Amino acid sequence: MGTTAINEVDKVVIKFAGDSGDGMQLTGTQFTGTSALLGNDIATFPDYPAEIRAPQGTVAGVSGFQVHIGQAHIHTPGDNPDVLVAMNAAALKANLRDVAKGKTIIVDTDNFKRKDWEKAGFAEDPLSSGELREYHVIEAPMTALTKTALEGLGLDNKSIVRSKNMFALGMVYWMFSRPLEYTERFLKGKFGKKPEVLAGNIKALKAGFNYADTIEAFSSASAVLPADMAPGLYKNVMGNEATAWGFLAAAEKSGKELFLGSYPITPATDILQELAKHRHFGAKVFQAEDEIAGITSAIGAAFAGDLAITTTSGPGLALKGEALGLAVMTELPLVVVDVQRGGPSTGLPTKTEQSDLMQALYGRNGESPVVVVAAKSPADCFSMAFRAAKIALEHMTPVLLLTDGYVANGSQPWKIQHTEDLDDITPHEADKSMQNWQPYERDTASLARYWAYPGQEGYEHRIGGLEKDELTGNVSYTPENHEKMTHVREEKVQRVANYIPELEVDGAQEGDLLVVGWGGTYGSLLTAINQCAAQNKKVGLAHFSYIKPLPKNTAEVFGKYKKILVAELNQGQLVKYLRGELPQFTYQQFNKTQGLPFRVVELAHAINKTLEEK
Amino acid sequence: MSVETLEYTAKDFSSDQEVKWCPGCGDYAILKAVQKAMPLIGRKKEDIVFVSGIGCSSRFPYYMDTYGFHSIHGRAPAIATGVKLANPNLSVWQITGDGDALAIGGNHFIHLIRRNVSINVLLFNNRIYGLTKGQFSPTTNLGQSTKSSPQGTIDNPFNPGELVLGANGHFFARATDTNAKALTAILVEAEKHQGASIVEILQNCVIFNKDIFSNYTAKDVKLDNQLHVEHGQPMIFGSNSDKGLKLNGFKLEIVTIGEDGITEDDILVHDAHEEDSTLHNMLVKLQMPVVTGIIRSFQEDSFEIRMKKQVEEVEKNSPFKSVNDLLESGETWEIK
Repeated sequence: MGTTAINEVDKVVIKFAGDSGDGMQLTGTQFTGTSALLGNDIATFPDYPAEIRAPQGTVAGVSGFQVHIGQAHIHTPGDNPDVLVAMNAAALKANLRDVAKGKTIIVDTDNFKRKDWEKAGFAEDPLSSGELREYHVIEAPMTALTKTALEGLGLDNKSIVRSKNMFALGMVYWMFSRPLEYTERFLKGKFGKKPEVLAGNIKALKAGFNYADTIEAFSSASAVLPADMAPGLYKNVMGNEATAWGFLAAAEKSGKELFLGSYPITPATDILQELAKHRHFGAKVFQAEDEIAGITSAIGAAFAGDLAITTTSGPGLALKGEALGLAVMTELPLVVVDVQRGGPSTGLPTKTEQSDLMQALYGRNGESPVVVVAAKSPADCFSMAFRAAKIALEHMTPVLLLTDGYVANGSQPWKIQHTEDLDDITPHEADKSMQNWQPYERDTASLARYWAYPGQEGYEHRIGGLEKDELTGNVSYTPENHEKMTHVREEKVQRVANYIPELEVDGAQEGDLLVVGWGGTYGSLLTAINQCAAQNKKVGLAHFSYIKPLPKNTAEVFGKYKKILVAELNQGQLVKYLRGELPQFTYQQFNKTQGLPFRVVELAHAINKTLEEK
Repeated sequence: MSVETLEYTAKDFSSDQEVKWCPGCGDYAILKAVQKAMPLIGRKKEDIVFVSGIGCSSRFPYYMDTYGFHSIHGRAPAIATGVKLANPNLSVWQITGDGDALAIGGNHFIHLIRRNVSINVLLFNNRIYGLTKGQFSPTTNLGQSTKSSPQGTIDNPFNPGELVLGANGHFFARATDTNAKALTAILVEAEKHQGASIVEILQNCVIFNKDIFSNYTAKDVKLDNQLHVEHGQPMIFGSNSDKGLKLNGFKLEIVTIGEDGITEDDILVHDAHEEDSTLHNMLVKLQMPVVTGIIRSFQEDSFEIRMKKQVEEVEKNSPFKSVNDLLESGETWEIK
């Protein structure tokens, strides 16, 4: 390991950046996996272009992966990298503004030739122009060194150059005292059938590690201590993966078969792919011909007695709107997942935003209430997918689960929740004890109708999109019936509030300011208000997992603070909803629509500004 | 088949809802034919599901005392697919019209056929929009004047049979609302067929497109203008049963038995089971006579059978017996 003194730090943010073909996502996930096994707390954020292969060497084609590892509780992937690995000039150009002066930048000098920095949009060579004077720059000819290391293995030039990401990873592993075993094991699994490629990758990894050791370039070579986390069995999860697993757990707990109808769309596709892997649980995964067929096939499966799910992103949710109304009218259990991205239209497919809340709440014809919930972190996707399924099955209603590109593709350590520790799910089904069952007869407490489905003798019935008689479900155009049914559908959704947890506050339980958020911004908001607490400011955080209906104690919580600041990655959608639902309070808002998550520093600034205002 | 099933009569499939189609509508005859077919398919009532979209014909499920789902415009194929995949044991029927299936729902229609899910699709083709009161549909004859084409349509129409075969359809039959007996027999065969079965029913809209098919269905012309095909039988028609089809190069030729040395042996014998659909395609395109009966019935594993086999195979080989096994798989670490 060399003789360099190891400087222990409590957290560090590393960004790997290169061409979208350079394997930066893989490099980042490998560093994440290794650090997780060392017991670090972690948050990651992949940042990649919408184009599969944008022109090589351009800023548009830069793919990045940011990972935040630490000993303390890590809630965000970090505002700014402490270490930037730039595999080419474009990667430097795209990320330089995020790196604070004095931090470390590792560059592959082989990709900083004149044509490289010109293509990246630098006016002169950034390595010699003095532009990087105030950074700690480590110049390594990674491509050339990788070529030398891999000589004689019989690999073609393309395969050799491709291995340079492993060289870079090896360097960073040395820098942060990480062992190589995890990645070696991974490479053996991936390239087991191509021994020469396997040998090349492992050799490049070790060469990078040894090179970093040899040059002892790192004054800040650091070991990040393990996190102080609750005892238990952990694994690293990505949000989309956790969403898929939450549904599998819900299917097992409810005794229902899982049906997914879905059409591929960024950034939601991973849920479809993850569930497609798990047919051993009888999961019926149907890749439909379009978004509409995705939801309508799921509605058909719900009518026939399955736990039915459809997954999409904003544009897809727009297409599903009419069908979602059908699920509202027929009062069938259905979970719709919207992994939000920047909009409108195609917008920013690979970037994150919280701008589908209004669409989720209101984006249908007629009075069409659905339950709306949101996941606050990658690991929370598991819990919220499970809870969305539970609400749908127990309350006979469509449930919309909002995640976003940030939590969907981000990862964090997750304390595995075994199914025996999860709540039971009891689908609201008709049973033989009911006399003269009627399709729209309701439970008096929850107002859920009783589910009966094809295959069950004696329950033959017809439902559909036309207004229903309040009891028989037959078509009814009676004015009073329509008004009554309109109220009942809304009231049924509102009564879900009797079955969900109350709103909890992080930080100050009363005081000067309540920061309000929802969904994927939790980590950033929590970090910001923890900073406030350290400064003895009386700031609390109310973060909504349940948006419609609102938790029952919402007004009570809001009433304990002098000011309320609603922070969202949109132009103010939750705040509009709150102004309508709880008009007795005055709301201030902080909004961002850059396709990027909140930075803790900008939140802290907004909080302080709000506190200072008279 | 249980004894109980055999005791059903057509009346057992009639619901308590009042039928609300226009007097004289062809849908009445189709409803009767379907209710007559039900006791013959050997399925329990609770295992039968009728799914529809939007349009006059799509009110159909309300009139059947089975499970039924009246859904939204064009989406019935996808809903029916979900029903069938959720419970492959069900007998699933889709009721649709020329607008519902071929315009707004065209995408779902062709993909249902391509996937070959075992659903019986009854396509009521009256070549007009009825429920919205008389606009042209994707099957309206070129040049026809309608409410939305007062100067005549300039759209080329679809021939549903061609579309079905073009989407690699394995079962296509054509029937008329005036021959309930033939329709009932076709419906029973459609249910027996594994995979998507499409039955086009030429249906008379008495209000907006009256008698559009009378050239095929009127008593005085139907024998000469309709060729009802049966698998394994020579394709003979006509009031004197002396006309038949013969292949002349790449075209079908109508010949008369007894003229030009033509005998019954020269007439093509219908092979609905042939995998190559070239001849079936010629039959669906024939305008005069129009071909009715089961034109194509080629069987292979349906989508839901393939899905079931795949799931069973995966389950057999999987190390995961419960969700906990999955959650604990891969790289994990213990914090004490």
